[in-house]
Amino acid sequence: MGNLIIRRVAQMLLIMLTVSLLLFAIFDSDQFREKTAVAELGGFGMATLSDSDYHQWLEKKGLTAPFLSRYVRWLGAILHGDLGQSTEKDIEVSVLLRESLTNTAILAFFVFLIMIPVSLTLGVLAGMNAGSPLDRVISILSVFTTSIPQIATAVLLTVILALGLGWVPAKSAMTDGWSFRALVLPLLTLLLYDIGYLVRMTRAAMTEVMASQYIRTAVLKGLPYWRVILRHALRNALIVPVTLIFLELNGVLSQVVVVEVFFQYAGFGRMLFDAANFGDIQVLQAATLVAVCVAVGSQLLSDAAYVVLNPRVRFT
Amino acid sequence: MNYRVAMLLALVWLPLSAYVMFRPALGALGSYVLLPAIPSVIVLYVLALRSWRESWVAILGVTLVCFWLLMAVTAPYLPLLDPNKPLVPLVTPGGMGHGALFLLGSDMRGRDVLSRTLWGCQRVLVWGITATSVAYVVGAGGGLIGGYLGGWWDELVSFAGNVFLSFPVMVLFILVLNLLGQSGFNIIIAVTCSSAPVIMRIVRGLALDAKSRDYIQAAQTRGEHPLWIMLVELLPNVRGPIIVDACLRLGYTTVAITTLTFLGLGLQPPDPDWGLMIKESATAALLWKYSYMLIAPALSVSSLILGFNLIADGLREMSLRD
Repeated sequence: MGNLIIRRVAQMLLIMLTVSLLLFAIFDSDQFREKTAVAELGGFGMATLSDSDYHQWLEKKGLTAPFLSRYVRWLGAILHGDLGQSTEKDIEVSVLLRESLTNTAILAFFVFLIMIPVSLTLGVLAGMNAGSPLDRVISILSVFTTSIPQIATAVLLTVILALGLGWVPAKSAMTDGWSFRALVLPLLTLLLYDIGYLVRMTRAAMTEVMASQYIRTAVLKGLPYWRVILRHALRNALIVPVTLIFLELNGVLSQVVVVEVFFQYAGFGRMLFDAANFGDIQVLQAATLVAVCVAVGSQLLSDAAYVVLNPRVRFT
Repeated sequence: MNYRVAMLLALVWLPLSAYVMFRPALGALGSYVLLPAIPSVIVLYVLALRSWRESWVAILGVTLVCFWLLMAVTAPYLPLLDPNKPLVPLVTPGGMGHGALFLLGSDMRGRDVLSRTLWGCQRVLVWGITATSVAYVVGAGGGLIGGYLGGWWDELVSFAGNVFLSFPVMVLFILVLNLLGQSGFNIIIAVTCSSAPVIMRIVRGLALDAKSRDYIQAAQTRGEHPLWIMLVELLPNVRGPIIVDACLRLGYTTVAITTLTFLGLGLQPPDPDWGLMIKESATAALLWKYSYMLIAPALSVSSLILGFNLIADGLREMSLRD
């Protein structure tokens, strides 16, 4: 098993290297270089700049050196923690990243805190009594919630909860300091979709396990039903949902872009979106790298969890 | 999935795509190009009803999807108001229930919500189906190559897929659309970048599984070209799970396109589009009186995605049963 993990880690490092090379190559194109120039010198300055002056400016910024040396220098800077300067907000990228990642991490923490018990319980209950009314209700609800896009749920929840009933503030910008109430709407929007998805997957795994031979043998042997479920069925049924939960980290990072932009929550998604709109290259580069890091890490954790939980994979 | 169904689907998709993507170039032909699609949708629906009779889930799903397909192909021929022209001089914006004029009311700029909803499904369907098809061609091609040929090809294709899989989906979309500009064709590229690796993994698994079967080995003994084996022997026999996944993926792609338009990154106004309608109504729906502006597009997009999900679930149920 250790061999497998080491091989996966090496693969992940190779992927990270390739992704960083790709990102650097993308943001190194002439188009983005001009965007950086405009951001620093201003539109008027760029328009009146002669070719030789532009070339001099490029040399001063070190942008005329060969591709590989620039790439290595950039990589070195990142590994030392120097991620550049944001041209829009005029603060260091690492500071910006730290703040926004903290905010998103808080949101994600609460999402996972509520999502894991609720969806696993509902999925197991639905799978245990496959075909019963409870199962039908849970299945229908989960298919419905995964069919409504998060933008629609976000606006609907805002209208109903914030503006109709007035229980929670409509936007989560938190300009008056931290408040838990402002987290409710983004939380609910994320939760509705994620819980539905996870319940469907858990139910599918649970029904498959409940139909298998060893469960039937255990029941026929005379074991109490609860023991059959807790000791035999759950351990096999929950392998796939647990690995999916790790992969949800990747999914949350993607869903959080929409939710944060809509609710004006100062998190990672909104920072990425604003940087993309403004053309803030350093922030975009750093944010994408961090996102890829988290995604790759979540895939690694998920594979590791699968190997740990599934003995059949461990010993082949 | 036989050739008759494939031909009918092409007969629906080709005119619709031509209409949405190339309407300025079509000129006078534009008003006739959708006519062959209308009976094709109806025939498709009848065929689906007959072959999927035993699963009410699949029937409900295909009803929803075919309803929106029908709306998309008949929208130019229905007696609807112009979705882009505000009737502001005649009617105050945001007014509801003006009898025969505005069945569902008008939005904040005075345009008819009903006609915008019915016209909006054209763009979502066309770009969604086209993007998913391209992603499938790329992903299935890569999966077949990696799964069947194995060895060095497999390593290369899997590595390329893993590189693209390591981006979160929305981050990839934002990156690609900012790099290449915002248009429907770039959405196709973005969707391919994000979906093709997953499809490639699925097809590769199926191909690896089917590689050891007898008919493959018989074809190899006969001396058939690997490309022929992949396309003619391998692909038709793994199509079951692929079709189920295709329906699910159409749902995800529809969500992605609607979300991108909502964020302002996708297709451009003022043409009617559900994501755009949701965005515009987000500020107007502050009052209960105007919340219908939000409910119409939200309900429409949810029913379309629900249709795709139900078809996928129904097909899976039917394949498990036999």
